[in-house]
Amino acid sequence: MATRLKEIDAVVIGMGWAGGIMARELTLAGLNVVGLERGPDHRPAQDFAMPGIRDELKYQQRLELMGDNSIDTITFRNQPAQMALPIRRWSAFLPGEGVGGTGNHWGASHWRFQPDDFRLRSYLQARYGAKSVPDTMTIQDWPVGYDELESYYDRFDKVCGVSGKAGNIKGRKIAGGNVFEGPRSGEYPNRPMPPSEGGAMFAAAAKSLGYHPFPVPFSAASAPYKNIYGVAMGACQECGFCTRTACEASAKASTVTTIMPALRQEPKFELRTRVFVSKLVYDKAAKRVTGVLYTDLKTGQEYEQPANIVVLAAFVFSNTHMLLHSGIGEPYDPVTGKGQVGKNYCYQFEAPAAAFFPDKELNPYMGSPGGGVVIDDFNNANFDHAGLGFVGGGYIIASSGGSPPINGRSVPEGTPAWGSQWKRETVKWYYHSMHFNTQGSVYGHRDNYMDLDPTYRDALGRPLLRLTYNGTDNDHAMSRYLLSRVEGVIKAMAPAHYEMRPRPKNFTIVPYQSTHNAGGTIMGSSPGNSVVNRYLQTWDAHNLFVMGASTFPQQHGYNPTGTLGALALWSADKIKNSYLKNPGPLVHA
Amino acid sequence: MADDTIPRRGFLTGAGAAGAGAAALTAGLPPAQAAPAPADAAETWLVLTAEEAAFFSAIADVMIPADALSPSGTDCGVPVFIDRQLASAWGAGARMYRAGPFQPGLPEQGYQLPLTPRDYFSAGVQAANAWSSKTYGKTFDRLTPEQRAEALTAMEGGKAAFEDFDAKAFFQRLLAITMEGFFSDPIYGGNRGKASWRMLGFPGLPATYAGKIEEYRGKRYVAEPQSIADFS
Repeated sequence: MATRLKEIDAVVIGMGWAGGIMARELTLAGLNVVGLERGPDHRPAQDFAMPGIRDELKYQQRLELMGDNSIDTITFRNQPAQMALPIRRWSAFLPGEGVGGTGNHWGASHWRFQPDDFRLRSYLQARYGAKSVPDTMTIQDWPVGYDELESYYDRFDKVCGVSGKAGNIKGRKIAGGNVFEGPRSGEYPNRPMPPSEGGAMFAAAAKSLGYHPFPVPFSAASAPYKNIYGVAMGACQECGFCTRTACEASAKASTVTTIMPALRQEPKFELRTRVFVSKLVYDKAAKRVTGVLYTDLKTGQEYEQPANIVVLAAFVFSNTHMLLHSGIGEPYDPVTGKGQVGKNYCYQFEAPAAAFFPDKELNPYMGSPGGGVVIDDFNNANFDHAGLGFVGGGYIIASSGGSPPINGRSVPEGTPAWGSQWKRETVKWYYHSMHFNTQGSVYGHRDNYMDLDPTYRDALGRPLLRLTYNGTDNDHAMSRYLLSRVEGVIKAMAPAHYEMRPRPKNFTIVPYQSTHNAGGTIMGSSPGNSVVNRYLQTWDAHNLFVMGASTFPQQHGYNPTGTLGALALWSADKIKNSYLKNPGPLVHA
Repeated sequence: MADDTIPRRGFLTGAGAAGAGAAALTAGLPPAQAAPAPADAAETWLVLTAEEAAFFSAIADVMIPADALSPSGTDCGVPVFIDRQLASAWGAGARMYRAGPFQPGLPEQGYQLPLTPRDYFSAGVQAANAWSSKTYGKTFDRLTPEQRAEALTAMEGGKAAFEDFDAKAFFQRLLAITMEGFFSDPIYGGNRGKASWRMLGFPGLPATYAGKIEEYRGKRYVAEPQSIADFS
């Protein structure tokens, strides 16, 4: 029997990016806020310190910062006709756990979606005709526009101390930045990181082909920085251990490095860690959530925490699962197309390439992800798709660096995997290979969705979330095209050898590909096409706000975190300025 | 008889010779950067049976033979690494979803067995040795170097028919854990004397490379490798 606690102004489920932002913004608005986090607290000085943080085996191979699959996982299948089986250990994607969430171990690529991404269906049909969007492609316009979000994008840049080079300030195009981006109100808070040698080689070749290379926007401070919450960040040390690892220098932005230092001093905030929220308590008649049920993993005790406002800010899978398990909204049915919860699951379609340059010294272990160089010439609205047979696109990034010895050794295909010749080739190429990636869009498809699994259960006895996903013909065609553009640049770089690495026809749950998952609790203009409205408020419970990439109607050709953070700030503003004065639906259905 | 004993003696002397190998590698270095004394513990296993220790040692020496680039896998401590990993929480299946029902599933669905890494490798070694005995009349560790390479190639290519065990998948996991042992930080018992890092030119841990990106643009950065213990 759950112990009922005293009611609180707001409870936040999940202390990753969106949860951290909401907790900070709502406490600044004067609310008393409780943050519930399933994993441990992460305190940089104690938990992310030298030298133990520079441990490739612990963090990259054994996945120290990722969610515990023994407690909770999802099941997976490619097609509705198959039986889904559990993901027994994360691989294709790596949701994080603990304060900071997935933001602790991300690669910190910090992007905005382009203005036409926010009106995707309208844009495509206007430019390429109604038939350019097939019936099975369930994309839709966002209920919020780029112009409305711009100041929140800007604010999130200033939470994170992003390092980059603007390519469009108030409509003025700036060479050296991303000339395709939507207008920004100002320059990035910090200057870009220096390009890796591989990135610089790519930039020269891309330029020679008439493309527009620029430094990847990197969510870490290139110089010491004080953010808008008054939190001091260190400068990036180019250590080479960034992805899958947390930052010892408190330079890489995460809730832990940019928000928690302020929240830890905030008397209106209380953090509860290692507590597992099992269910939202839903009053369907009143269209309200009255609180949340959780189990304290440190005591075994179950609690009910009543709250005036509930912010659901877990990972994509847990957000969707929580609504399905709590009976909020109608589950999506792929046969009838009815129901919204679980609809439009979208992955990110990343396909890589590698090239080998025996005469170039690339010091492959040195540097940050911020040393990458990008071209955005082949993203959604940035090029003409006439006659290409697909819609969508993505950016192309190239770099050397970030290649520690267990994971980062690259040898030409056909090289033996062991023995003396393997050793010779490994040594021969270690300093001389670089990598390329394509950050492809994924557009919703009728058969790609999430629902409750009929067979498997989590540690609390709840049915697991079931993911049904496969790459679509459109997305494969998009990816092949992006790789063909990459190949053009690689040829211009004249490597001794190169390899394009397209994705297999069927999506596979191994190996690692991308942690960019989206959809399931999507935003839209009405209860008939979405779970949440433009302020991330659910249509079915006006005091329940859902945060994160689960609210994206589809995945665009950029990393999701920049938009995720901007949306949280946008929603927080609306709660502060409208909802608190007059609690109720912010958009009338 | 000679066939039976030579490879095993090779393993035993190999383990003993680790001292010489590591000492040669670290000669001339200040004490703080010298390799930890090679373990006599190489034969005092936490969880490995004698059969498993012999098997992993033989595998490590085929995958990572001693040559001009590095000492052998065994001399680098790879079997010690494997022993400690299989004895660790990871080896015991921590953070792994292990509820049934169990089904083979499709390749797209990934690993679907209830076996923890420790149980998986234990079952795999027995299956591999049973196959080796049937095929060559000897367990894997007693094969000649040529036979070992041939057997491993058969496993890698899916040509070795283990009874009730996927030899090809087993090979991939053997390769992965052997390479982890060779290339990970020496605190885990492998990569003795930072042998693989020296071989690659990997400097190990930096305190920082800030400022070095431009300084070493187009030039090779060379530094004595440093491990976690060197900073501790």
